[in-house]
Amino acid sequence: MLAEFLQFLFSGITVGATYALAALGFTLIYNASHVINFAQGEFIMLGGMLAVLFAQMGLPLPAVLLLAILVPAIVGVLVEKLAIEPVKGAETVTLIIITIGASLVIRGLIQVWLGKNTFSLPAFSGDEPIHVLGATLLPQSLWVLGITALVVVALWYFFNRTLQGKAMLATSVNRLAAELVGINTSWVLFMSFAMSAALGALGGILITPITMTSYDVGIMLGLKGFVAAVVGGLGNGLGAVVGGLLVGILEAMGAGYISSAYKDAIPFVLILLILFFMPRGLFGGKSTDRV
Amino acid sequence: MNKRIYYGLYGLIVILLVLPFVVPNNFYLDLAVRMAINAIIVIGLNLLIGFAGQISLGHAGFLGIGAYASAVLPMHFGWHPVTAMLTGALASALLAALVAKPIFKLKGHYLAMATLGLGIIINIALRNEAQWTGGPDGMPVMPMALFGFEIGSDRQWYWVVAALLVLTVWGSLNLIDSPFGRALRALHGSEVASQVVGVNVARYKVSIFVLSAFSASIMGSISAHYIGFISPNFADFFHSIELVTMVVIGGMASVYGSIVGAVLLTALPQALATFEGWETVAFGAILMLCMIFMPRGLVPTLAARFSKGDDK
Repeated sequence: MLAEFLQFLFSGITVGATYALAALGFTLIYNASHVINFAQGEFIMLGGMLAVLFAQMGLPLPAVLLLAILVPAIVGVLVEKLAIEPVKGAETVTLIIITIGASLVIRGLIQVWLGKNTFSLPAFSGDEPIHVLGATLLPQSLWVLGITALVVVALWYFFNRTLQGKAMLATSVNRLAAELVGINTSWVLFMSFAMSAALGALGGILITPITMTSYDVGIMLGLKGFVAAVVGGLGNGLGAVVGGLLVGILEAMGAGYISSAYKDAIPFVLILLILFFMPRGLFGGKSTDRV
Repeated sequence: MNKRIYYGLYGLIVILLVLPFVVPNNFYLDLAVRMAINAIIVIGLNLLIGFAGQISLGHAGFLGIGAYASAVLPMHFGWHPVTAMLTGALASALLAALVAKPIFKLKGHYLAMATLGLGIIINIALRNEAQWTGGPDGMPVMPMALFGFEIGSDRQWYWVVAALLVLTVWGSLNLIDSPFGRALRALHGSEVASQVVGVNVARYKVSIFVLSAFSASIMGSISAHYIGFISPNFADFFHSIELVTMVVIGGMASVYGSIVGAVLLTALPQALATFEGWETVAFGAILMLCMIFMPRGLVPTLAARFSKGDDK
């Protein structure tokens, strides 16, 4: 009973951490530009796929990690420079469609380049499971949780204790006012795309030894990250982390206790319920619109 | 309102009448039927995206409901195909209304999220309820019969779909020009302003969303009968994106643009068949380039170029 529950909880938290990283990515871009980046999931996929590629080339793990985060970050910046910046101030529908276009291009290129096979990455430190009260925990899960926790702390420090971080926050509150006090808002946009792509890619690399990866995993992972961001209240950093963990845990519990066939439907049922009953998310404040 | 907007309709009728006599073989006739089916769906979706300024990322879900109603109800329960089709359409409309009512009180991205979630749930259900739907492998669909007369050949289907297309274009042009249509255009321009002059914003948006879901469901049924086979891919996220792409390329808020978008993108996979594997890249690139350089879409952009200062 308890063992079963713990088992579901462990797997839920592990996947949830990936969703949390993706949700943080959505939040960063949304705050800087009010764009919902539907290509976020492709960065998760890119991270995993590139890590596999670099690992097969025989590079050491730290180099694999670094490269598989750096390349998606560059791709993220390219998307921002080539596709988002030229249409500054466009309508929501236009921006959504552009990021969907970007995601199709990224996914299609990877499919042509690396094929449609499923790939796996060796776990960072062995596959010997750890036994906790009858449930088993993979060492890779600890890596996922540990690194996610580190990233969250680092982000908190960045946004609260550094000038650059505060500049980004200021831009998300009021772009014009931020420009007036001398903040380079196009740098903020640049940084938010780079950081959010890097966060997504990191999540993708960490989870690949557990769930494997292929060219098309980005759609589902991205959409679930998006659900997590909305559950936490779009634009709220802490909410994104809690939302990610919550979506992961509910999904694992649902798969375990209700139906594993409908596992992927659970986050989307959740989003419909949240939109109906708590449209600002669990942590979103009340908002008013200026005319 | 001037009558010239209807010239396009007369042109369309002429093209549709002549087309079956000039196409070299059935391959092109089949292509024409699929273009017309897509055009009707896209016109409905465009009323939502172009006129109400809302985006549906789960429209293929409604197609799926219609298609599977037409497949499952006659096959497992012996229903008449027409009853099955209407039941599917009513179910889609009801679902759309249920989802849209609370959502449209909100602004921004929320309908996109809700429709996306809805579409994915429908698709997962279709894949999993294999005892009814055949699961991921899909299922055959029984032929459509009207008054004891079975619609079977490509040519018969062509006339049915062509007539529906003309009706849809005519109906949409009238709708846009009606008080309902003017209210829709107003709320796309400025929601607050239209509220101030007494337009019930939420109600109009719900109505147009329900209408587009109904029309998508009917066309889902018709595609299912026409192809004679249906699989969950028909209702997946990528198909929803394809439909949005057609709207965007042809031109938002343009009825004729919807037809152009549907024709171009239905032909595209045939044209790209030689570049196996590159379809996704091409699709994405076209979407992005179109939005960056021609945010209003093909038809409105060209129309503006040819009739400078001569607003329709």
